[in-house]
Amino acid sequence: MAEENRAEQMLRLQQAIAEHAHEKGAVMVLLQAAQSIFGHVPQDVQQMIADATGASLSEVYGVATFYAQFSLEPGGEHEIGVCLGTACYVKGSQKLLDKLSELLAVAPGKTTADAKFTLKATRCLGACGLAPVLMVDDEVYGRLVPEDVPGILAKYLGQ
Amino acid sequence: MDLFRAHVLVCGGTGCSSSGSGELIARFESKIAENRLEKEVKVVRTGCFGLCEAGPVVIVYPEGTFYSRVKPEDVDEIVQEHLVKGRQVQRLVYTDKTAQGQSMSLDEIGFYQQQKRIALRNCGVIDPENIDEYIAFDGYKALAKVLTEMSREAVIDTIKRSGLRGRGGGGFPTGTKWEFTAKAPGDEKYVCCNADEGDPGAFMDRSILEGDPHAVVEAMAIAGYAVGASQGYVYVRAEYPIAVKRLQIAIAQAEAYGLLGDNILGTPFGFRLAVRLGAGAFVCGEETALMASIEGRRGEPRPRPPFPAIKGLFEKPTLLNNVETYANVCQIILNGADWYAAMGTEKSKGTKVFALGGKITNTGLVEIPMGTPLRQVIYDIGGGIPGGKQFKAVQTGGPSGGCIPMKYLDIPIEYDSLIAIGSMMGSGGMIVMDEDNCMVDIARFFLDFTVDESCGKCTPCRIGTRRMLEILQRITEGKGQDGDIEKLERLAQNIKATALCGLGQTAPNPVLSTLKYFRHEYEAHIYERRCPAGHCQALLNYTITDKCRGCTMCAKSCPVGAISGVVKELHAIDQDKCIKCGACMEKCRFNAIIKK
Repeated sequence: MAEENRAEQMLRLQQAIAEHAHEKGAVMVLLQAAQSIFGHVPQDVQQMIADATGASLSEVYGVATFYAQFSLEPGGEHEIGVCLGTACYVKGSQKLLDKLSELLAVAPGKTTADAKFTLKATRCLGACGLAPVLMVDDEVYGRLVPEDVPGILAKYLGQ
Repeated sequence: MDLFRAHVLVCGGTGCSSSGSGELIARFESKIAENRLEKEVKVVRTGCFGLCEAGPVVIVYPEGTFYSRVKPEDVDEIVQEHLVKGRQVQRLVYTDKTAQGQSMSLDEIGFYQQQKRIALRNCGVIDPENIDEYIAFDGYKALAKVLTEMSREAVIDTIKRSGLRGRGGGGFPTGTKWEFTAKAPGDEKYVCCNADEGDPGAFMDRSILEGDPHAVVEAMAIAGYAVGASQGYVYVRAEYPIAVKRLQIAIAQAEAYGLLGDNILGTPFGFRLAVRLGAGAFVCGEETALMASIEGRRGEPRPRPPFPAIKGLFEKPTLLNNVETYANVCQIILNGADWYAAMGTEKSKGTKVFALGGKITNTGLVEIPMGTPLRQVIYDIGGGIPGGKQFKAVQTGGPSGGCIPMKYLDIPIEYDSLIAIGSMMGSGGMIVMDEDNCMVDIARFFLDFTVDESCGKCTPCRIGTRRMLEILQRITEGKGQDGDIEKLERLAQNIKATALCGLGQTAPNPVLSTLKYFRHEYEAHIYERRCPAGHCQALLNYTITDKCRGCTMCAKSCPVGAISGVVKELHAIDQDKCIKCGACMEKCRFNAIIKK
């Protein structure tokens, strides 16, 4: 099953390469495609992008490690991002992050041992009107206090 | 074209979408269909209304009734009462906290009355995914005027005379930038738009792209004509998925209408636009770093000169402006340079959009004429500080800016006046802080940001900001030393003088401005081991007051056994043992434990 998925993912990457490799600045575009297809950018994928664009593997690696959006390791099943933008910070988002870190027993930036959650401190999400906010995958939760955190986690643990 | 007797406008900006406006739209559409009103009432998903505090926001026209914090279950009532029977649902109508009364319509709300919306003129008014609505509001008229009636020089002259300055924060005169790029030798030139809005707490560029993307597309085409470029790039943060999607839709629609592509409006001028996504690097807001990123490389800045106007993207002359700057261009072309220059102050013309956030009643987006006093923005438009708390400072300019104290609240907002008091306009984030915010911790917060975002290319920024952060960290942890303040000041001056790009050169500003206006807070941390705002955990003492009933919950929850006491008698905390975890305070049901 996993093998089939991988083959399918590779196919999608090859489509992206066929579509964009000739464009100016293709390395970024293809890394973004790879990140969205695989959820991270493994080394063999970096090599494929290097081969397709004429860049060296070290150049591609350099770009992949420069930007926060690309990760070299696979993440957890759900990604929790606590906004540490200024508006959220002054309204106490650090306390949300501390609470999550405590409940999940994981440091920000890391994935839980059961690979269920990756906890991240994110840059401003631009939802300052709802501060403090956190995001679980694509879902935004706003106007939070630390006591709301266990309830949010429960939603994803039940699955 | 179909005529509707009523329009239901639902905010589809990021803030309101996050609080469920998508569900509201679906519910409105199904309820309207159930009542067979689909030929009479139209539901429109608009861009941001600006008053994010009240979200999700629904406005019903022709009355202009402003419903706030609408929940899906409220939709049935609005449809039944308002749309079927013509009676407003009073309990959902927005209550103006500043006027202490109820406001019925958009125009009557104090938040909007003092604003002047030019860059935001279409946000919350039109459906951003429908080019026809944009055209109905004079869209692409400026492009038509430029292509058929104006020479390149006349366009540049108009922008120059309008006095428009870069809204991304630098404040460089826009017309002059256009002129440099137009005069640069070379056949191949580029026009870029900086939509890599990285300043935490600033979201005007996102709201413009979400609410009125065609205004940016049109302005970029005009810029392309003026400087002689046929290709443009918009560099948008990947963290803004709605903005990216609407921009892509806008570009596709403009292409379909022949407003982008070859021979636009039957003229020889051709212009194409492409979207490039950022990937989470704050430094890419710096122009040379942004171009490196579009080229697919690490977003590291390079020394200037050569400036992008001479040698920019792909080594060609390049014009780079910010989203909000572009959003003013079409209105200047249509209404004339004099109209624009009549607004604002002598050196800062026109209007500026600010994102109000933090400890303020009306969080949201406001657009005001340059020169408006800070006090008016924070108190009259923003509604002041909630919860009866005391104002302490307002932070402008993000990680490059500074904190402005109470005594400067009456200065007019303009580029130069803000720089004179140690802050800057920046992209327009305005974060209000109250008595509970520790200014040393805020400085630490911003340095933590810059250390993380420093690209590492130049030493002053890579190492210098880290040394500053270490000092700030130990001060907030109660380990500050005599001489730390002086060390911070020396490091700050050196980094400002020697860093390669704007990120490093301005990184010390949050520290310098807080040192200037809140030095006593630093001194209290270092010499008295106390945090006046009661924020820094390591400097707080937990004590039990006589509200204690002796329930023993605190003693049981204390992980280090620092609390002693007998059942039904006053308990006490041993300060030497206490690790300041706050567990006792969380458990106490009588609010008997205080920290200070």
